[in-house]
Amino acid sequence: MAIRQDSEMHQRRFGRNLGVALCLVGFIVIVFGLTIAKINQGASMEAFDHTPRVSVTPIVEDSE
Amino acid sequence: MTDATANISAAKAKQAGPQDAGFGDYVQLLKPRVMSLVVFTAFAGLMVAPGSQPWFISFCAVLFIAIGGGASGALNMWYDADIDRVMKRTSTRPIPSGRVTEGEAFGLGLALSGMSVAMLGLATNWVAAGILAFTIFFYVVIYTMWLKRATPQNIVIGGAAGAFPPMIGWAAVTGGISIESVLMFSLIFMWTPPHFWALALFMKSDYHKANVPMLTVTHGRAATRRHIWVYTLLLAPLSLALSVTSIGGPVYLAAALVLNAIFLKGAWDIFKRDEDTAEADAYAVERKFFRFSLYYLFLLFVALMADVGLRQAGLSIGSW
Repeated sequence: MAIRQDSEMHQRRFGRNLGVALCLVGFIVIVFGLTIAKINQGASMEAFDHTPRVSVTPIVEDSE
Repeated sequence: MTDATANISAAKAKQAGPQDAGFGDYVQLLKPRVMSLVVFTAFAGLMVAPGSQPWFISFCAVLFIAIGGGASGALNMWYDADIDRVMKRTSTRPIPSGRVTEGEAFGLGLALSGMSVAMLGLATNWVAAGILAFTIFFYVVIYTMWLKRATPQNIVIGGAAGAFPPMIGWAAVTGGISIESVLMFSLIFMWTPPHFWALALFMKSDYHKANVPMLTVTHGRAATRRHIWVYTLLLAPLSLALSVTSIGGPVYLAAALVLNAIFLKGAWDIFKRDEDTAEADAYAVERKFFRFSLYYLFLLFVALMADVGLRQAGLSIGSW
């Protein structure tokens, strides 16, 4: 078994790389979460221009 | 420490170039302590604003406002690296200590500024994003690059940048600016000078070595005491005015009356003291005033949120 002790420099670099990795994962989670939240806000909208469409709004029965 | 171990440590420090900075050094560039105030006041602005939005969007709004604040901190450290090297208090910051290069700080600040403004705009609306962009511009260009080194009123101007977060939080929910958000801005804007000048009275910093015109140095300590009193006098009616707006209520009014009375008493005590008396008791009154100023702002925003909570629970009193 190789005996290898990481130097302080290696530990700092590892910490930095881990921090950047966690930031990137966090960013992905945030973008995904925002997408879900936005979709839930605009349930009766179509995706391509985010405006309400008659085709996706609930049908209202005419009482007359 | 022996000479041999000291030499080894010095050699190691020399070996560890800027490319070997740890993650914590980059976090330090974002001024995490300033960020905590930004997070709290932005959160308060979001909570008291009329209307609602999904909790995740609110969370993201606060996060992007905090990152925007942090980005302006990094740009501030990039531009102020020359004076940070001269002053003892700031000489251990990542750039003056050599752990991070000026270019890295500039790149990080610029990238995070762009990212935070764009993401806040996409998550909430472009009014909030616009105010955040203006806040970063104001802090970096107007304050750091221009007025910090030009006028002893630099703290007053710098305070404006710190006063924007509740306004951004409010705009993130409502999509606009109103008297309530302007008053929340004014509250922090007027609170900053007495808060900081009290600190300047007992923390004798070496700003003169860096050629930064601080009021305590340019106009003297007696003038600083007078300024604290005048700004606290102006602050009191502004903070009370919030109680008669749509977000104020009985809890806020009671809190504002008590807190302003204590704050005014503290400012008056500082105004009436001379340097000899202050030095004799190691600036006890100034230290107490500074500590209380933190509670003052924190409790006023907590009271605002409490009133909104009471209203939402259907427990409003009288016309409130």
